[in-house]
Amino acid sequence: MDFSRESSIEIYRRMRTIRGFEDKLQELVAAGRIGGFLHLYAGEEAVAVGVCAQLRETDLVGSTHRGHGHCIAKGVDVKGMMAELFGRATGTCRGKGGSMHIADMDCGMLGANGIVGGGIPLVTGAALTAQIKQSGAVAVGFFGDGATNQGQFHESLNMASNWKLPALYVCENNGFGEFTPTEFVVPVRDIADRAASYGMHALIADGMDFFDVYEKAAVAIERARRGDGPTLLECKTYRFYGHYVGDPTPYRDKEEAEQWIQNRDPLELFEARVRESGVVSGDDLREVDGEVERLLRAAVEEAEQAPQPDPEADLTSDVYVSYPT
Amino acid sequence: MTARELTTGAAINEALAIAMRSDPDVIVLGEDVAGGGDRSKAGVEEMGGVLGTTRGLVGEFGMARVRDTPISEMGLLGTAVGAAASGLRPVAELMFMDFLGTSLDPLLNQAAKLRYMFGGKVRVPLTVRTVSGAGMRAAAQHSQSLYWITTGIPGLKTVVPSTPADAKGLLLAAIRDDDPVIFCEAKGILNQTGEVPEGDYEVPLGKAALLREGSDVSLIAFGATVSVAQQAADALAGEGIHADLLDLRSLSPLDEEAILRTLEKTGRVVVVDEATPRCGIASDVAALCVDRGFDFLNAPVKRVTAPHTPVPFSAVLEDAFMPSAQRVLDAVAELG
Ligand SMILES: Cc1ncc(C[n+]2csc(CCOP(=O)(O)OP(=O)(O)O)c2C)c(N)n1
Repeated sequence: MDFSRESSIEIYRRMRTIRGFEDKLQELVAAGRIGGFLHLYAGEEAVAVGVCAQLRETDLVGSTHRGHGHCIAKGVDVKGMMAELFGRATGTCRGKGGSMHIADMDCGMLGANGIVGGGIPLVTGAALTAQIKQSGAVAVGFFGDGATNQGQFHESLNMASNWKLPALYVCENNGFGEFTPTEFVVPVRDIADRAASYGMHALIADGMDFFDVYEKAAVAIERARRGDGPTLLECKTYRFYGHYVGDPTPYRDKEEAEQWIQNRDPLELFEARVRESGVVSGDDLREVDGEVERLLRAAVEEAEQAPQPDPEADLTSDVYVSYPT
Repeated sequence: MTARELTTGAAINEALAIAMRSDPDVIVLGEDVAGGGDRSKAGVEEMGGVLGTTRGLVGEFGMARVRDTPISEMGLLGTAVGAAASGLRPVAELMFMDFLGTSLDPLLNQAAKLRYMFGGKVRVPLTVRTVSGAGMRAAAQHSQSLYWITTGIPGLKTVVPSTPADAKGLLLAAIRDDDPVIFCEAKGILNQTGEVPEGDYEVPLGKAALLREGSDVSLIAFGATVSVAQQAADALAGEGIHADLLDLRSLSPLDEEAILRTLEKTGRVVVVDEATPRCGIASDVAALCVDRGFDFLNAPVKRVTAPHTPVPFSAVLEDAFMPSAQRVLDAVAELG
């Protein structure tokens, strides 16, 4: 499949923005400028961008603790996200959510989620809404390989398949759940195999290859929109950083990590492919790099200068409290 | 016994090792308690849990007794209940207490009830270690203090230590207790250091500790709020107001006599709890004071708790969410 110049640049911009955003966060934490529990998406960009490039604004996406990539891919404003990570009043969730809880219903982002597997039934519910209201929307749940060991995953897939919901379940298999290798806790070879017990259609994609993810997501989303039911799409990928920012990663093989980072970087693979096909030049992409860097710098500056939430007004808003505290 | 300075985390680690050495039925299971099993032969140092609390155990006791589970809280706690009911003495780790949400049934409907429902024919010697509380900018789903839920369930015991030494002794007692015990490790104390006796000792469940004595007001706290109450007591002492400070240590069983004793002495009670206010420990203690200690009361019982909201992410909001020494002082001032 070949892409136009504009769409190639747009796809690259999204992936570069995710990478740049995560690299920035790594620096900001190291410098002590932000805190909290942060899980970076670097290395997995082709999955979020490949799937979301197939979606409409009205389609819904549910995410995980490693959610920045899904947010950016679905179009959440990067400056708002950065302000959220600084805990500022101008953040996407007005500083109340933080990294693990960024959500923006205006662009179909049903939220990052701090509970492993917690987003999967929410997405199933969004697919039920779409089915009952016949909105034509599709709901997509992203989750890790580790999350497929949760009951919520199995219960949701069973319901979704039985009800032929317009859903897509995207497993980002990065080989680890925290520090434990996937094969240590999962007795089947491919996570995709788990779909069989729910009579669900399954596909496996190379999660480092934007085009492979994009094409397989197209098939799955097309099926879902047609009313043929959900798909489990397993994307084989790798996270370039540790589980959380600060994780020293003693548990993973350094050579293996180097292999993935040096040879399987989804941004480099994408660049090689689109430059080879001649639709864009290296200069085009370097220009995007510069634009993204400027955007992120501005995002950090603005976030740092943004006002803090006001404890008096904001601590007890957005929740029903019937008495003074 | 000699003592040395240890963090609460290290004291807990020591208790686990002692319990495992002294009883082969003690096993440890949970997510990443080793981190991919024992890979020391491959030169891989284990992580020993997200906070490193179980580090070193897999090396000493092996993978059969130190088990990394999948991310399956319901399954792992249910398995631990079944193992406890059939001859083992498991210590299960629920990484964060917020994950009670994905694991409650084995505790609520199984562990808590088997002994009673089966007419005393089975015991469930299970310990569940879990990290509770706010203060790490970990936001709404990784910061809750939910011990009020487990305290409210008949059949479960719940303890919340406030010092490294108590953490070690209470954990050893919890593991050796024949009922299921929920052992809460408040984030606020995990990295705090303190003197910890060497060797094997137990701190009995259900006994509060009177940490300082004064006859003007009683501050009742537990877990992370003990140090908040200490700060408040120091400030009060500067004004010539002397506080009794009672550390509950166990929420169930609750040391009701110790609460009534301090109330009788001072006639004024402020309870400090980092959890949300409704149906909570502070309310429970206040109810006890009114119900059984009414004649001793010289003032209303004050509760200093978090507000009735989820835990916010932003630093300024989270700081405002957590009970502070100033709020304790304000409450004392209101007692007149
Ligand atoms: C219910 C629940 N259990 C455990 C955790 C702690 N935890 C956070 S991320 C994580 C690993 C998740 O692994 P996976 O689903 O494969 O996603 P990845 O981190 O690899 O993207 C764990 C165990 C959690 N947040 N929620």
